[in-house]
Amino acid sequence: MGEAIVVTSGKGGVGKTTTTANIGTALALLGNKVCLIDTDIGLRNLDVVMGLENRIIFDLVDVVQNRIKLKQGLIPDKRFDCLQLLPAAQTSDKSELSPKRMKEIVEELKQDFDYIIIDCPAGIEQGFKNAVAGADKAVVVTNPEKSSIRDADRIIGLLEQEDMEPPKLIVNRMKNHMVKTGDMVDVDDIVNLLSIDLLGVVADDEEVIKASNIGEPVALQPNSKASLAYRNIARRILGESVPLLSLEEEQGLLAKMKRFFGIRT
Amino acid sequence: MIASKQKIAIKGTRHGLTLQLDDQCSYKEILGELDEKLSSNNQAEDDQLINVTIQLGNRYLTQEQKDALKKVIREKQHLVVDSIESNLITKEEAKEWKKHAEVKPFVKVVRSGQVINIEGDLLLIGDVNPGGKVMATGNIFIMGSLRGIAHAGVDGDEKAVISASFMKPSQLRISDSISQAPDYETDGVYMECAYLDEKVSKILMERLQDVIKKRPDLSSFERRMLNG
Repeated sequence: MGEAIVVTSGKGGVGKTTTTANIGTALALLGNKVCLIDTDIGLRNLDVVMGLENRIIFDLVDVVQNRIKLKQGLIPDKRFDCLQLLPAAQTSDKSELSPKRMKEIVEELKQDFDYIIIDCPAGIEQGFKNAVAGADKAVVVTNPEKSSIRDADRIIGLLEQEDMEPPKLIVNRMKNHMVKTGDMVDVDDIVNLLSIDLLGVVADDEEVIKASNIGEPVALQPNSKASLAYRNIARRILGESVPLLSLEEEQGLLAKMKRFFGIRT
Repeated sequence: MIASKQKIAIKGTRHGLTLQLDDQCSYKEILGELDEKLSSNNQAEDDQLINVTIQLGNRYLTQEQKDALKKVIREKQHLVVDSIESNLITKEEAKEWKKHAEVKPFVKVVRSGQVINIEGDLLLIGDVNPGGKVMATGNIFIMGSLRGIAHAGVDGDEKAVISASFMKPSQLRISDSISQAPDYETDGVYMECAYLDEKVSKILMERLQDVIKKRPDLSSFERRMLNG
């Protein structure tokens, strides 16, 4: 019996889809059977980020309207057998789906997969309600900027009314040099304000954009910063306790020497 | 015997007349005797209006009965009913009073888009985040951080205060007054208390300890009863 996790944020463009793709990939890397569901009907992206766009034949709406069996709608990933995607429809809209139907689909998938990661559309309307309906857990993605934190707060308020565990937080696109100059809200402040547990911090990394443009989730890379962060998040989801990555840049030989001798800068 | 059977005792005070009504006889008897008594005491035309306080003792009157009583008295040209006092209130009124006089605890983070609206005093164990709002007819005490909107004394209680462990509100409202956070970024303050200053009729913030001196009856039941 698997576990369904919804990835949501309220605000658009903070990295829900990227996070979904990478958490899914990282979990699959660690040997779990994972199914990704894109619920952003009409504005699907997850297939693009996963590089599976060309393989779509059927989609979520076909499944919802019983035109095909659920299994037929799943697209296997190029890289892992244990990773599959249920893409959203591009031609319909969010009213095609209902929370009740979504719940049934997720329950059915839970029989075959360890993790079901649901990519939620932006906003708090029908699309959000659909995406949240079947989930056991929620991950809230936010950027270190005020408007995105405000929306995350609103979303957490709504998630608290749902029948699920308290949501966990991922801070995405952290720019460390801006925190240092005081131009960006730092992680502690965000966690204090939102008062939920932190699942991980992902640095703002150009590799993420490069990777999603070629349809290879960044989590597949061996040692980029974002990749490590996503893989750590996956391990935390599995229940391991993994310390937060330092966001500090390496600052030449002196800094390395200092670290070697245990002197904090 | 006859004197002690009087149902209405009239006393003159500095503020006018006080009518003490016997609380053992029937309401009809009172009205009758009142009519009779006041008619016999016709006063000169040029007299000023006289305020009358009615003391009902252990008698409960409905609003209609009170109005009828006022009408009888008002008909005698120079008397005006100022107030009607009774030792009794109905259960509903008592409950209403209690509701306004209670401190209601909430354990919750009030997030963006959420509103708490209560009667009485609010004790919030948690934060009010930006975009969140707490409202109370009485005082508001917040154990955590206040970063959103707090509205104390919603029904017009100007003595209400807003206090928080950490204050960085986007707006404070007490009764009908509103104070906004400045447009520039501020640091926020610890353990302060906002109150409505009567002289400048503005919401001011001071150390909690100083505000207590200005509102010594902050917790008293009577204050809240009167404002309820």
